[in-house]
Amino acid sequence: MDLLSAIEILVKSMLFASAPLIFTALGGVFSERSGVVNIGLEGLMVIGAFSAVVFNITFAETFGAGTPWVALLVAMGIGGIFSLIHAVATITFRADHVVSGVAINFLALGLGVFLVKAWYGAGQTGKIPVPMYYTKIPVLSDIPVIGPILFNNYLTSYLAILAAVAGWFILFKTPFGLRLRSVGEHPLAADTMGINVYKMRYLAVFISGVLGGLGGGVYAQTITQDFSGITITGQGFIALAAVIFGKWHPLGAMGAALFFGLAQSLAIIGSSFPFLADVPNWILLSAPYILTILALAGFIGRADAPKAVGTPYIKGKR
Amino acid sequence: MFNRVQKILIPVISVILGLIIGAIVMIISGFNPLEGYSALLKGAVGDSFYLGETIRQITPYIFAGLAVAFAFRTGLFNIGVEGQLLVGWIASVWVGLAFDLPKVIHLPMSILAGAAAGALWAFVPGILKARFRVHEVIVTIMMNYIALHLVNHLVRYVISDQQNTTERVPETASLKSPFLETLTEFSTMHFGIFLALAGAIIFWLILEKTTAGFELRSVGFNQHASEYAGMNVNRNIVFSMVISGAFAGLGGAMEGLGTFGYAFIHSAFSGVGFDGIAVALLGGNVAIGVVLAAALFGILKQGALIMPIESGVPTELVEIVIAIIIFFVASSYIIAYVLQRFKKGAK
Repeated sequence: MDLLSAIEILVKSMLFASAPLIFTALGGVFSERSGVVNIGLEGLMVIGAFSAVVFNITFAETFGAGTPWVALLVAMGIGGIFSLIHAVATITFRADHVVSGVAINFLALGLGVFLVKAWYGAGQTGKIPVPMYYTKIPVLSDIPVIGPILFNNYLTSYLAILAAVAGWFILFKTPFGLRLRSVGEHPLAADTMGINVYKMRYLAVFISGVLGGLGGGVYAQTITQDFSGITITGQGFIALAAVIFGKWHPLGAMGAALFFGLAQSLAIIGSSFPFLADVPNWILLSAPYILTILALAGFIGRADAPKAVGTPYIKGKR
Repeated sequence: MFNRVQKILIPVISVILGLIIGAIVMIISGFNPLEGYSALLKGAVGDSFYLGETIRQITPYIFAGLAVAFAFRTGLFNIGVEGQLLVGWIASVWVGLAFDLPKVIHLPMSILAGAAAGALWAFVPGILKARFRVHEVIVTIMMNYIALHLVNHLVRYVISDQQNTTERVPETASLKSPFLETLTEFSTMHFGIFLALAGAIIFWLILEKTTAGFELRSVGFNQHASEYAGMNVNRNIVFSMVISGAFAGLGGAMEGLGTFGYAFIHSAFSGVGFDGIAVALLGGNVAIGVVLAAALFGILKQGALIMPIESGVPTELVEIVIAIIIFFVASSYIIAYVLQRFKKGAK
């Protein structure tokens, strides 16, 4: 294999594998920036993947070629609604954020597979009739060399990058973003300034549900194309790692997700690269996790969480 | 915050609410909840074979629950039980396969290898927490996945010759018991349950009857006060994680030497470690509570396997019920609040 086609495969699979991670990690950034830990990202991806696949199978004839896109909207909606369970438990009922997240993961997987078995009579759905395809972007994809590499991919990959930029703008350049971050840093001060801490946190968790659902929907409709109990295996936790590795910053999370996507794709196609042939597969598969631990330990720049993350806000308590 | 009655009432109410919501889910999706639950009960304790299988299922749950609970008592959240269990599993099987020794030495050595591997795997988040203040939740999650990939690599390329499973451990390293198997109509029940119960007693002894245990609990209540009283908080954090990991590793050894007798490639997690979180929470992080909660979860999980055949209800119903139970236990604040309201209303 010559170098150029190797790079082409690598870049394409990186964009392909990282799009769902970017969306989900962005969701994680929103939630954690508001002070709510979201271990449930995995579960939100599961529910997104489930909704998108079921919708795609059921309504393929009604919506035709547009089905995957409508399915993504459905996945976003259901992900958002599902995340409200986490919001109610952590924000209103003051449940431990990590415990509630664990429960979200259980519930999503249990409910998803339960319904698939109840509706389809088997542990997994059939293939979706209308998956997503590569889209050639006119004009740009005709540029020699970089055109076919960069401008003939899933549209969702570009959307993910755009969403990360939009997420950065919203969090750091708008009053809404400032308020959202302030309830995660110092909720009491934010409350004193007239910001409704509970409302902001509910919104943030809802956004994380929407984005997590979207990530799951994208994953299912581009990569697995069906739904079963093993459709989402750890992607949500990789996204969580990307949140931390990206230092709770939308663009950082995007960079981390791209990098983790690269590591994932290297694990699959790495054997075709001579310089990677000797690296055991498990090292590549574990790379995102090992790097996150190193980053947290301060070996690769210090990563500090928002100050009030994981603590319930109790009005009137100092 | 909660009095003693509430401490017992909250888990009980949570379980009842979980089962009720499970019944509602069954009704909505067109199943008969009575049939579903009676099938579950029959599949868990209906005859001696099922009972044996249930007891076998309870064994790793006790260890996983003890592991989570032990760390909890020191104020640490060990989500890494799953990974520690996997490395314990592979280590015990590895030692079982690598040596040829009499049973009195070989079996304890294999079991201890599992405990040591789990302890080592938990030592990493422990030391990172103690030295660098890195949150143990994130590190243990990451360690889970590293364990999964590493263990799969070991099974395929190191212990076996590119196979999906390792060889069976020899009889000298096996927990299997022909006596218990014939007693339960050839279920897979093995000696592990006795070790698990002994583990629960050791858990109680360490935490409640030793100075070290007092320090661990003290650190869990208030780090600063413990520091001020002259305790070494960092050392206690590492110590707590190591013991917790050892319990998890023992759970893995039970699977490796007892239930299966070999190790295999996991495409996804076994789930026992995550269920351990639910077991510990429901059991209020005390030894007896963990044993009771493990029994409940063992019954639910084992009974669920029969549900589809007997009543058509998918096994995953139990996952939903468990998730709901966790939610309610975690939201105990609201249950306590409602209970208080009831009391006031009664007066």
